Amino acid sequence: MQTGLKLLEVSNKLHHSVTMAEKMTSKQVNITAEQVEGLFRPGEAHRDLYASQDIFRAEMQHLFRQCWLYVGHDSQVPNRGDYIATELADQPVLMVRDREEVKVFHNRCPHKGTKLVLDAAGQAGPFFRCPYHAWTFRTDGSLRSIPHPQGYDEERLHESAAGCGLSPVENLVNYRGFIFARLASQGIDFDAFFGGSLSTLDNMIDRSPEGRLSVAGPPLRYMHRCNWKMLVENQTDTCHPMVAHESSAGTVVDLWSRIGGNSKKPMAVEIYAPFLSDYSFYDKMGIRIWPNGHGHTGVTQSIHSNYSEIPGYFDQMIAAYGRERAEAILSESRHNTVFFPNIMVKGPIQSLRLFKPLAADRTLVESWIFRLDGAPDMLLERTAAYNRLINAPTSIVGHDDLEMYERAQEGLSAGGNDWVNMQRDMQADEMNFDGEKVVIGTSELQMRNQFDAWRKFMLESIQNADHKAGAGA
Amino acid sequence: MSGLADMKKKTIRNFLYFEAELLDNEGHESWLDLLTEDFLYWMPLEYGQTDDRLMTSLMHDDKLLLTVRIERLQGDRTFSQKPRSRCHHLLQRPQILSRSKEGITTRTAFHYIETRIDDQMLMAGWAEHQLVAAPKGAAQPLMIRRKTVRLMNPDAAFPNIQLIL
Repeated sequence: MQTGLKLLEVSNKLHHSVTMAEKMTSKQVNITAEQVEGLFRPGEAHRDLYASQDIFRAEMQHLFRQCWLYVGHDSQVPNRGDYIATELADQPVLMVRDREEVKVFHNRCPHKGTKLVLDAAGQAGPFFRCPYHAWTFRTDGSLRSIPHPQGYDEERLHESAAGCGLSPVENLVNYRGFIFARLASQGIDFDAFFGGSLSTLDNMIDRSPEGRLSVAGPPLRYMHRCNWKMLVENQTDTCHPMVAHESSAGTVVDLWSRIGGNSKKPMAVEIYAPFLSDYSFYDKMGIRIWPNGHGHTGVTQSIHSNYSEIPGYFDQMIAAYGRERAEAILSESRHNTVFFPNIMVKGPIQSLRLFKPLAADRTLVESWIFRLDGAPDMLLERTAAYNRLINAPTSIVGHDDLEMYERAQEGLSAGGNDWVNMQRDMQADEMNFDGEKVVIGTSELQMRNQFDAWRKFMLESIQNADHKAGAGA
Repeated sequence: MSGLADMKKKTIRNFLYFEAELLDNEGHESWLDLLTEDFLYWMPLEYGQTDDRLMTSLMHDDKLLLTVRIERLQGDRTFSQKPRSRCHHLLQRPQILSRSKEGITTRTAFHYIETRIDDQMLMAGWAEHQLVAAPKGAAQPLMIRRKTVRLMNPDAAFPNIQLIL
């Protein structure tokens, strides 16, 4: 199938680097609706979706701008002037606590483009000061002062882009502490975008007796030489753990059966062993999907169902919510929830993983953990253990997965077959559903749901762009 | 057997060079024999990190988890080790920070290289060892009770780190 786009760009594996120009410029790619349609057949996705740098640029330009993206958590910026620096898709932004509100700005000085802050987190004081020419900006983004100002005509300056101060990311929502942003000025609103999927965030937050989370320490940062979508698809791929993780979880189970005897399973064994569950376990755990590409594994049970109780916690929950509601909150054991396009949340573990797209074949994975405010420390200890055992560049489970992604990224350079298959449990007219839909846990429906959303947001954005271009001509 | 208090510096340093040699030459099972039953290996995630419990670490392995890592390296279906990784420790002369009848604490600056296929990764940092006397008749005079590996840049975005620093 000829998509009309440049086919595979084989990366130079050794010392491959993403240049600033490659990563940050807003190089426009002319992609048409026909080309987008040409990337799909029923249950199949064209390899260009993973391998083409032109498709990657089109995703940055069209898809990521339309979606609500995770910026950070408001517990990272508790006091006025506290900030973090991060990226939304391919754009550097900073999030700062203004007076009460959290605000997000593009991380560039409006004067010459210098990034205002470089450190992952810091305290600006009452204003940001650009290190290049000492222009200063209040934490609400407005221009505060310019040294030696008599060189500027005030009226002309105020008409310029620089005179307007920092460029805000205007479409922001603080959802119970989680800050989301949409880069496009017009588009789908927050509630319509996420729909029922917010129930996963609610459940994670409700696990705190105080209904409040705080970020616990810096994230793990793990570099992947593969396309970001491979990671997102893997989150609901329940037919890989017993295969790809035989080497890690299998070794744990095997070793423990030899030496464990009747002693209580250590936390690490309790975390690793369920990865090796058989297909029928994963079948039964179920998958639920929502519109716009969101979905989760673990509707009825999951690999997180049978962890040991943490002393004192249940009593705290009953005191906070009453027995019935406390039981309802804790009976959820959702496994992985994908918030399209690039977030994964584990409610029972209190973690959020962000798959940051850097290039067609490069993704930075950040794995964050949260404290349940008011809950026993032991819960956070388990969460921190899970994070390092599963999500770290030093994790044996991480090694298993990354090996598969990178082999896939390299394998997709092979000719002879342009398609990646995701047909398991595919049904006719399956995307025609209301609100939510639950299917067998080994279905690849959520992967198809993601691509359905991918196609929809790409096409809408392309059509809008065409419309604007037409109107301007 | 001479006590820890009067053990020669050279004996202590040679033990640490021997440890690195085992790790560099796939002598992992012999390396496990150098670890006490309550051994702990800690690699913090944050520069200067002090909390090893309520914050994420890169590694926080007891002897069980290290045994898993080492058995896994040999597994028939351990595809991230097909082909195998190799490693190389270059140690500066270890400093002996403290010693008593109970134990010796050392600090060793290192450069570590891990390679696989065409990739080569260089890491640098400091390893702190807590050493105790080995039981009578053991091949080595010392055992390792705790090893803390502090990287220069633990907060950097790394690819796989598969072997033991």
